[in-house]
Amino acid sequence: MPKHETPLLDQLESGPWPSFVSDLKRQAESRTQKQNDIEYQIPVDVVDDLLGLLELSYVEKEVHWKHGGIVGVFGYGGGVIGRYCDQPQKFPGVAHFHTVRVNQPAGKFYKTDFLRQLADLWDFRGSGVTNMHGSTGDIILLGTTTPQLEEIFFELTHNMNQDLGGSGSNLRTPESCLGESRCEWSCYDAQELCYQLTMEYQDELHRPAFPYKFKFKFDGCPNGCVASIARSDLSFIGTWRDDIRIDQEAVAAYVGGEIQPNGGAHAGKDWGPFDIQKEVIDLCPTKCMWMEGGKLKINDRECTRCMHCLNVMPRALRIGNDRGLSILAGAKAPILDGAQMGSLLLPFVKGEEPYDAIKEVIENIWDWWMEEGKNRERLGETMKRQGFQKLLEVTGIPADPRHVEHPRFTPYIFWKEEEVPGGFERDIADYRSRHPK
Amino acid sequence: MAFISSGYNPDKPMENRITDIGPRHFTEFLPPVIKNNKGKWLWHEIIEPGVLMHKAESGDEVYSVRVGTARIMGVETLREVLDIADKHCDGYVRWTTRNNIEFMVDSKDKVQPLKDDLLSRKFDGGSYKFPIGGTGAGMTNIVHTQGWIHCHTPATDASGTVKVVMDELFEEFGQMRMPAQLRISMACCLNMCGAVHCSDIAILGYHRKPPAIDHEEVDNLCEIPLAVAACPTAAIRPTKTTITDRKTGEEKSVKTVAIKNERCMFCGNCYTMCPALPLTDAEGDGLVIMAGGKVSNRIDAPKFSKVVVAFIPNETPRWPSLAKCMRQMVDAYVKGAKKYERFGHWAERIGWERFFEVTGLEFTHHLIDDFRDPAYFTWRQTTNFKF
Repeated sequence: MPKHETPLLDQLESGPWPSFVSDLKRQAESRTQKQNDIEYQIPVDVVDDLLGLLELSYVEKEVHWKHGGIVGVFGYGGGVIGRYCDQPQKFPGVAHFHTVRVNQPAGKFYKTDFLRQLADLWDFRGSGVTNMHGSTGDIILLGTTTPQLEEIFFELTHNMNQDLGGSGSNLRTPESCLGESRCEWSCYDAQELCYQLTMEYQDELHRPAFPYKFKFKFDGCPNGCVASIARSDLSFIGTWRDDIRIDQEAVAAYVGGEIQPNGGAHAGKDWGPFDIQKEVIDLCPTKCMWMEGGKLKINDRECTRCMHCLNVMPRALRIGNDRGLSILAGAKAPILDGAQMGSLLLPFVKGEEPYDAIKEVIENIWDWWMEEGKNRERLGETMKRQGFQKLLEVTGIPADPRHVEHPRFTPYIFWKEEEVPGGFERDIADYRSRHPK
Repeated sequence: MAFISSGYNPDKPMENRITDIGPRHFTEFLPPVIKNNKGKWLWHEIIEPGVLMHKAESGDEVYSVRVGTARIMGVETLREVLDIADKHCDGYVRWTTRNNIEFMVDSKDKVQPLKDDLLSRKFDGGSYKFPIGGTGAGMTNIVHTQGWIHCHTPATDASGTVKVVMDELFEEFGQMRMPAQLRISMACCLNMCGAVHCSDIAILGYHRKPPAIDHEEVDNLCEIPLAVAACPTAAIRPTKTTITDRKTGEEKSVKTVAIKNERCMFCGNCYTMCPALPLTDAEGDGLVIMAGGKVSNRIDAPKFSKVVVAFIPNETPRWPSLAKCMRQMVDAYVKGAKKYERFGHWAERIGWERFFEVTGLEFTHHLIDDFRDPAYFTWRQTTNFKF
């Protein structure tokens, strides 16, 4: 028997898509059933009360979680988010309902024994409710009490060799796509760079010392499956500098209809026979491709590596061999001054260990932003406030036409004194000697 | 409920303390066929909706069966996932960025038994546990945030709105009949943990009333200068007011803030800094729909999504107006877009005036940007428009 009636939530059990309400009910029921076998360390009815509280929100159309609360594990300033409900008498099981962020492995591959151990730990010391995964990429463990936090951290680190993720004004848990592990388009080992930088900057991840949050995300290619260009303060996107590798036999097979275009992605509708002119060459944004004597030609020097032709003909076209990555800076969601896309900062760097050139860019940016950034100001906003030139100055990266969509509209150039012969100190007497009053 | 120690000694927190060890290295968790061919993949193919085949230089193949999830997952369901991975996939499994699960097998004959197993599993309420799909030119899972289930600032619920939309468009998850992929994202307030601002279609929780002011608590719970500074439109100023003390019944003067309501853009940044300024409100809160964004660099640059519906109320539990609006937009896109056109490409090609015509969405003054300098660049500065 459920503890609370949930007539509104019950209506979210119907329909084909996996129902989170059914999942939570299953979790609630299992705790009730197993309570004699497991010495649950937080209230047995935690998930029942979660459903009850959520039903109340569905009735009232208002949220019932209180604002924050500073809890955590000793020596860390992030990784745990305090959460308390504002109806603890009615729903004592969720009076405390803190979140624990667990740093996911890059690319989110798992062995089942690891997740089984985590499931057992979380069943025992928390609500058993998870998010696989949170928006930033962590494994999210939803709902435990304050006394359990150190115990969970102790077991994670001692028994599972596993650390927490980031929260608050620190380096947030870096995230990568699955990279070279299962994708032919990955231009660098996105998972390895993600792991190495996560390890290099453990202090910045666990101990908030920044003006606001800071995110790293790693996309293996310009397709951008982890959306780094839209949501990370530093976005690392794979690219190449040489020629697309062409297999002309495979091109002919696509043209002849022997291979389905786009890896079969359009198989659900009859789009007619594949037309390489219409579907590839005409859609190329730089018009750098053409057919000649039955062969596909590419003027690679004019190619901007948008990936469209590779996406359409993955068996005929492959990324180049001189591979690396571009670094873009300053992306963020709209809070506060509007959304920002990442701006290209470093057009190309090799993605090879020990990644010193990449670390230099990161640390130069942090030195500047930690000094100049205002409270709760993302890197992109500091960039807007102080200008892109400042970013180039602090990173020592020379200005390049690749940095702009087009040159500036306004002629209001902030010349520096040292750029103008004679400097800015003017002598009015000298002026008046030529221009009497 | 007896407390059971992990071994941690609260009197000596530094004793045997392990910190700063980071995540596990990903190579510990790669299935053998993945580990053996890392960096040596040749090409891939979607052999049917929800099933990918990757071919390696070695000739090896890996078949990945992709299934949707609700993201909220109790350990009971998680253990079921692990049982499936043990039974079919030698104990390996992965999740995608968009909350799908991928079960990987190293030969084609293992695909059908895995699929049959996945589709046979349903929740007691009747919904699928592991629907197969989310690949190619179709709709994949909706990435989303916490909503009323765990967050303190939401203007709507995330899991509920996502469930409703995925039910409405369920057939699109399991087939690939669209002009291009359709990425839908959901964030339950303007903070956008989900960074939905570059999605083909974004569902966004939004408040429409300025914060309520708890004068009794402002000076106790908040740093007033921080609350003032938090407002992007300078709508908040410090002030004093007289309140009646709840205990003594006496009138007393307290430090608090005043809000210029007409300047409020309902972002909630003040509430983040000051818990005595709550925004949640049944009538005020609801959804904004944005459309036409993308993150890929394919064909053209990434784009921001644009606001196409100013407000949909929180019609719990099944948000019928939201479901209807999503259906209208998706149907118009599927009908009108050319092959390879993302939602935003299509809207820009036909023109936004046509977009509102063919989707049946209403264009109101709310959809004209008036926020700071960038607004100007969104007004039409040409005589080129369609009647």
